[in-house]
Amino acid sequence: MALTREQIAKRVARELQDGFYVNLGIGMPTLVSNFVPPGVEVVLQSENGMLGIGPYPIEGEEDPDLINAGKETVSEIPGTAYFSSAESFAMIRGGHIDLAILGALEVSEKGDLANWLVPGKMVKGMGGGMDLVAGARRVIVMMEHANKEGKPKILRQCSLPITGRGCVAAVCTDLAWIEVGPRGLVLRELAPGVTVEQVQALTEPRLEVAPDVKTMKV
Amino acid sequence: MNKVVESAEAAVADVPDGATLLVGGFGLCGNPENLITALHRKGVKDLTIVSNNCGTTEEGLGVLLQSRQIKKMVSSYVGENKVFEKQYLSGELEVELVPQGTLAERIRAGGAGIAGFYTATGVGTVVADGKEVRRFGERDYLLELPIRGDFALVHAWKADTWGNLIFRKTAANFNPMMCAAARVCIVEAEHIVEVGQLDPAQIHVPSIYVKRIVQAVGLKKPIERRTVRPRAS
Repeated sequence: MALTREQIAKRVARELQDGFYVNLGIGMPTLVSNFVPPGVEVVLQSENGMLGIGPYPIEGEEDPDLINAGKETVSEIPGTAYFSSAESFAMIRGGHIDLAILGALEVSEKGDLANWLVPGKMVKGMGGGMDLVAGARRVIVMMEHANKEGKPKILRQCSLPITGRGCVAAVCTDLAWIEVGPRGLVLRELAPGVTVEQVQALTEPRLEVAPDVKTMKV
Repeated sequence: MNKVVESAEAAVADVPDGATLLVGGFGLCGNPENLITALHRKGVKDLTIVSNNCGTTEEGLGVLLQSRQIKKMVSSYVGENKVFEKQYLSGELEVELVPQGTLAERIRAGGAGIAGFYTATGVGTVVADGKEVRRFGERDYLLELPIRGDFALVHAWKADTWGNLIFRKTAANFNPMMCAAARVCIVEAEHIVEVGQLDPAQIHVPSIYVKRIVQAVGLKKPIERRTVRPRAS
């Protein structure tokens, strides 16, 4: 059975360690904040200038001066800090973000990431994505394994303009947990009820199956 | 020394056609609303605008797009604006997309007298096209050049009459660095107080960078995405 978005988020959340400073991309990655494991305290960074993002504000307490990078109203928590965009990206570029969790359009077997531009469609811009993948200590991608046409999104080479080269450490999809190793992609975990053959059939490069390949706990 | 001017119109009176403007804000948060409106009324055109975004179709810098006052945008993300799309696709509007951190640092460098800097952001991507790549240790870096403007348009929460500034929450964003990176920095502030009334240890931008201050009035502060949780009963 393919995982739901929440189950993908739950699996990715197990990568969070106590004391981590984490940047969650817009969209599916924001779900990860709902599944922080018990006993683990992480501080979420928003690249528009905030550490310590709280939950959405209580109705009626929205503050137009308090938004996240997705331009959603958020709240502060004890320990929150605000700073300029220059400071924000100094901490990103300087390697102080322990983990960035991002969505993707394509990932290559070398860990290249494409997630900002589809030529021929409207140009929107890369925002802070290129800085995050260049600067965060570890980048995890969460996405659907195949695109809407049922074609692989994990490719030998990205066909779309890339966001960063060799930056992805691991990919969590609705079917599998795959890590980018020095010799290519290693299939480490399968979604419950999903076979190696099913994952390989929807993945362009050949996957090395870890000798101790597991069923994902979700 | 009192840098307070009587109106937003007076504050932008000498902005000429073709000027390069650094405009603070992230989305619609921390936008200099009064100064943008004054530029709109003044009808100044062929502007190059350096700002993280370009407002929405109806709000923020979007109003200057609608009135075709912008020739070129330098931004990291411009996805929320239909007029932008139309003008860009028809070739009316020139666009330079810059990674957000590189944009912030180029502006900081512009104000800080840094002639250029090397960053790993964008290596191996289209952002690297035409730029010097240099290897330091095990890694490649791109040479990025500073950005300076003729005018900076900034929104602050509090200012004293010298132009010491304090920002509020995430409304700071690009505003602080922009103050230093333009020949003339114009600030609209929600609260203007006498010199001595701000705690010197809490000032985000010191007055040296600020040339003009105007009292912000009638702020709309639109919220782009209102996300809330229900009040527990």
